[in-house]
Parts: sequence; structure tokens; C-alpha cells
Amino acid sequence: MRPTLIRGGRLLDPSRSLDEAGDLLIEDGKIASVGGRITGPDGAEEVDASDLVVAPAFIDLHVHFREPGEEHKETIRTGAAAAAAGGFAEVWAMPNTDPPVDNPAAVGFVRAEGERARRSRVEPIGAASREQAGEQMTEVGELVSAGAVGISDDGRPIENSRLMRRLLEYTQAFGIPVIQHAEDTELSGHGVMNEGVVSTALGLEGIPNASEAAMVARDLLLAELTGGHLHVCHVSTRQSVELIRRAKEEGVPVTAEVTPHHLALTEEAVRDYRTEAKMHPPLRTEEDRAAVREGLAEGVLDLIATDHAPHHYEEKEREFDDAPFGIVGLETALGVGVESLVRTGVLTLSELVDRMACAPARAMDLPGGTLRRGAPADVVLFDPNESWTVDPSSFESKAANTPFAGDELTGRVHRTIVDGRTRYRAEPDDRDAN
Amino acid sequence: MSDGRPAANLGKDLVGLEPLSGDQILTILDTAEPFKEISERQIKKVPVLRGQTIVNLFFEPSTRTRISFEFAEKRLSADTVNVSATGSSVEKGETLVDTARNLEAMRIDMVVMRHGAAGAAQFLGDRISSNVINAGDGQHEHPTQALLDLLTLRDEFGGLDDLRVCIVGDILHSRVARSNIWGLLRVGADVAVCGPQTLIPRGLEELGVKVFPHIETAIEWCEALYVLRLQLERMNAGFVPSLQEYNRVYGVTSERLDRSDDEIPILHPGPMNRGVEIDSDVADGPHSLILPQVTNGVAVRMAVLYLLSGGEPEKADAAKEGEA
Repeated sequence: MRPTLIRGGRLLDPSRSLDEAGDLLIEDGKIASVGGRITGPDGAEEVDASDLVVAPAFIDLHVHFREPGEEHKETIRTGAAAAAAGGFAEVWAMPNTDPPVDNPAAVGFVRAEGERARRSRVEPIGAASREQAGEQMTEVGELVSAGAVGISDDGRPIENSRLMRRLLEYTQAFGIPVIQHAEDTELSGHGVMNEGVVSTALGLEGIPNASEAAMVARDLLLAELTGGHLHVCHVSTRQSVELIRRAKEEGVPVTAEVTPHHLALTEEAVRDYRTEAKMHPPLRTEEDRAAVREGLAEGVLDLIATDHAPHHYEEKEREFDDAPFGIVGLETALGVGVESLVRTGVLTLSELVDRMACAPARAMDLPGGTLRRGAPADVVLFDPNESWTVDPSSFESKAANTPFAGDELTGRVHRTIVDGRTRYRAEPDDRDAN
Repeated sequence: MSDGRPAANLGKDLVGLEPLSGDQILTILDTAEPFKEISERQIKKVPVLRGQTIVNLFFEPSTRTRISFEFAEKRLSADTVNVSATGSSVEKGETLVDTARNLEAMRIDMVVMRHGAAGAAQFLGDRISSNVINAGDGQHEHPTQALLDLLTLRDEFGGLDDLRVCIVGDILHSRVARSNIWGLLRVGADVAVCGPQTLIPRGLEELGVKVFPHIETAIEWCEALYVLRLQLERMNAGFVPSLQEYNRVYGVTSERLDRSDDEIPILHPGPMNRGVEIDSDVADGPHSLILPQVTNGVAVRMAVLYLLSGGEPEKADAAKEGEA
């Protein structure tokens, strides 16, 4: 593998509180040298990073790549390409495919297909219950042997309290988290958006905050009881943030994520029955948005995960009630983060990189998420000041279902390096031509 | 009354009353006045919409609304086609997008649509150039129903400003309630709702609507009572324990009304569940406006059809005589 020397960038590594101009050398897929002026070995590829931030590449613990079964929405290849374009070196793929990833062969398929894509690393999450039916535990040990990095029934919650308890106990031997989509589906009913004044005006059935928070509360009690690692998906409510804050203060082993869209948008985005703003959990109120932003800034919510959920345009081009839940997020994550968090003063740029790269690595004890010498060479080069307009037709993803279409965002990925290899390069633009 | 008021300019579609102004709503009511008289004639037909084609597209069963629209259309001389979901391409799995494209291709002037999904009327209106009139979309809005209710209240009280109207019953699932709430608020009435908390949607107070948990206090407060149908499904879904209990706690009975010093006119969008939300002696009593509502339905729908087809409010009288 040819060495790569990244010249003259702003080295930003929150894992070491590093923020200075300098070079970065990659050899044999690892970070070989960081900082100052580096003289490259013979034959090294030189990359001009002037005006660019050079940071640990992002890690997304929550994506849906739809394969097997729904390849019309996304495939592992297109999903991995979208991830690389978004600056992600690693993504964790949810098992709610058709059939679900609830056996070792399926885990192996996802991993192999991810490797064939030669883009971002695709790490399979195994199903928590057989057929994701919420009743019988999957063969967790076999799944882990085949390469699963966590277990989840995401798409739906693990509602059975006894099963949840057993999972939090059983997984401890394998060192993997139980990743929970926290929802009381009886409280959600047939809800399609947040319950409140907007759902009342639109005549749509609402999902109350308590639907999420009640399940988070139960799960925290079970994590406390068992000592198992609970990871809470896509936290959307003020109440959940408060519950997690209190649990962390008491030492409960919990980590939690929040999506870019819950940080950026509120239920107002649903007005005019915009199915691009329909997702689980729903966009909430201004109060909730403020709470998840504060929670992320304080570290109560550890990290940002996109919940990248591609759908075919036909499926979203329908009555709101009938459109599927979910939006894509990989290729807008950085721009939405800079726009709605950094430019608003919620996070510094360094903190944003931390929540997208370092914090996921910390939460899941991964070797990436750092520019430390010897670490895997997962590096992203991005321009934090470059504005661009979201054009879903140019996405690497098969899908275009994003509420940010047409929005002007700030912060654009120029290059993504995964294990020392460049897996994404932005189209040459005017800047490169000069 | 319409003197000095600007032309209605309702836009292309009538999706709901929420987006309309009080003036726009009053203009529709004013325009309905001259159309009332057509239905009283021996020959109930005027040439206002001659040559216009209208599709009545009903994805949900409806008797009253569909017939009322059909009479309004026919009395204005439009050519109409009725399409119901059963036995049509819809039953064969056609999407609403494709239905819209096909209607467009047939060069329809207007579509009157009833659909089970909230937002369906706006969805259709955004995709075709024909005028779309919402005849009920899920639990969202049913604007022509509220317009006929407002017209009936105005006939009764002479005006709507500061009128205290209470809507009783299943507000949560009711498009009629939503359209009435918007309509009444827009024209300056005071609006309250009353019903079991399980059937009151959240956030109404933020819109300026009072909420009464007890029917007795609601009756004390209001000048007119709008009674909604309580569907049997609500009991099965656990919103109320039984229809009998609902009648005992929230039923509009003459006994309850008699306790008020004033005579309170009663409205109901139909069809009624006699003995559940309303007792027969109230429904059939001297203060019931239920049948005048139905009569006004045709006039209000004529007005909406006329205005959306480009008619000017102040010329409605002349138009119906074939002079405009």
C-alpha cells in the first residue's frame, strides 16, 4: 500500500485535544506520524489539505442498508458509498432487513458485501430476537463469532421486559451492547408524528413523548439491575435526556445517540404533510430539540448517529399515513451538524468531530476515532466553511428521502480515507482548479 | 354585507378553513346567500357552471356530503361524474398519484374528494391543475361542512362575532370539529370544546379554544351547541367505556338544556346516534338547526364551486340568472 502524506491541513483530533496546522502521514493503513512538517517517504501520495480540516473519520452506529430484501431502496454497496461520501470510515448496519440478520450466515453476508463495496467499513449488528419477533433470544455468541458488533431489534423495540433483561445479562460475556429502539408501541398506537398542536391541526395521529421515555426508563432500570451495556438509539425527547442524565450520574452503563435531524428540526417540518419529515421517533417540539442539543453538548447524549433510512421515492410520494418512516442522513450529516450545531454555538467544531468520530469509538471501545500514531488510518478531510446546496439526485445513496433537500448547508467532505485507502474523493471543484 | 370586501380569491383549491382569513370565509357565506333561492324554485337549475366537468371522487362512503355536492353541481349545470373507491381502479391498487395523473389527463375542471387520509386533498391539489375541493380528508378538515354550519349559525344569530359556540364529543377524530374550530376562530367567534379527555386532542388551548370537561358548564357558557357523532369504534378502541356511560355523562338531553336560562340552538353534522350523543327530543325539538344545516349545505357548496371556478362574489346574483 502506497503511503499517503496529507500536507498542510488543520489537524483536528478531539481525542487528544489536538487542533493545529500540520502534516499527517499514513503508512500500512495506520497513522504513522502526526503534526509538524513531515518529510514523506519515497513514492508517497501527497494530498494538499490547505484550508481543510484533517480529522478522524466519522463513525455512524446506526444505518439501514436494506440488503437483503429491499434492494430497491438501498444496497450495502450504495449505502457504503453514501457513508464514504459523508466522511464515515465505519458504519453499523441494523439487522431489520428482509429476512432479518438473525443468524451467523446473514451476518457473514453483510460483512462480506461490505468488504466487496470497498468504501466505508460496514459492521453488522445482529438481531436481538429471532426474526426480530421480540420473543426468543438469537444465538448471540454465534452472531458475534460471525462478526456482529452489537445486537438490536431496531425498527421496533425489545418490548418484553424479561427478554430485555436476559439480553443485557447474556451479552456481557461477549462485550457487545444491546442497542435499543426505545418505544412503547401501545402508546404510539398508529401515530405518525409527534403528538401536540401540530398533529392536532393536521389531523394526524400523534406519538407522545412518553412513548419513548417510558421505555427508556424501563431499560435504564434493567441496565442498572444487570450491569449490561445499554445503548439508546435516536433519543428525541426532553424526558429521555433527563432520565439518561440521572442514570449516568448513578453510574448506570448506558450510552445514547441522537440524530442530526432531531438536533436540527422540529415537528414544524411535518407541516404540509411532508413525508420527507416522517420518521421514528418523530420530530419533536422546540423544547425537545433544545434538550437533545443540550444533552449532546454536555455528553449526556454521547454521540451523533444518522439512522440513515433510505426509501424509494414512490413509497414516500403518498398519503402521509401510508408513507414509510425514515430519512437518509449519511451525506448530509456533517453539513447539518455544522449548520445547526456549530454555527448556532451549540458545539464547537472540535466537539462536533468528537460526537461524530471519537465518541462512537469511545462508546463502543473501537480502535478508530483518533489520529493517534498507530491507530487505523481512518481520516476525513473536510472544508468547514464551504457551503453547498443539498441535491439528493447527486447522492451516492440510492435514496433521496431527505427533509434537507434544497437547503444550503455549511461543511463539505472532500476526502474519506478508510484503513489508509482513499475511499471517497469529492468531484474536483474550482478550488482544486486554482 | 359584501360591500367593500375584497374578492374572495380563495386560491385554486379549498383544502381547509385553517389557511383562510375571516374575510374569505365571510365572502363565501355572503356568496351563498343568493344561491339559497335556487333550491326553492320550481326549476332548480341555473347555467353558472355550464360546460364545466366535475368529478366527485369518494374514497370513503358518504351519503349526505356526496348528494349535497351533486345537487349543488347539477343545479349549477355542471357535468358531473361520481367515482367511488369500490369497483374503481382504486380498489385495484392504484396510487393517489396515478389517480391524480389520470384525472389531469382527462381535463377535469374540478375534483371534489373525500379520502380517509389526512392531507389527501392537499396532496391531490398540489399535483393537478384542476380545482380541488376537500369533502373530508381523514381527521384533518371538512371545510364545506363547517361553512354550512357557519352559515346556519349566522342565519340564526345574525352574526358570528363573539358568538359562543361549544363543540361536544369526539373532537380527537373529527375533521368536522377541526374545520369548525378554524372557521369559528377566523370569523371572531368564541370556541369551546367539551368531551371526555380521551377524545380531546392536545394543544387546543394554544389555538385559543376553551376546554370544558363537564357538559353542564359547557351548556352554561355557550350560546349554541354543536354535537358530534360518537362512533361505536371509539368504545371498542377504549376511548370511552360504553355508549351508555357516554350518554349519561356527555349526552345532550332536554333535561340538561332545560337547566339553562337561554334557549340553545343545536347543530349536528349527521348522521346522528339518537340516544348516544343526542336525545331524540332535542334532535327533533324546536331549537334543532339540523335540517336547516342540510339545506344550507347545497347553497354553500354552490358558492364554493362558483368562487373556485373564477366567479366574483358580487356578481353571483347576476351569474345565476345567466347574465354574467
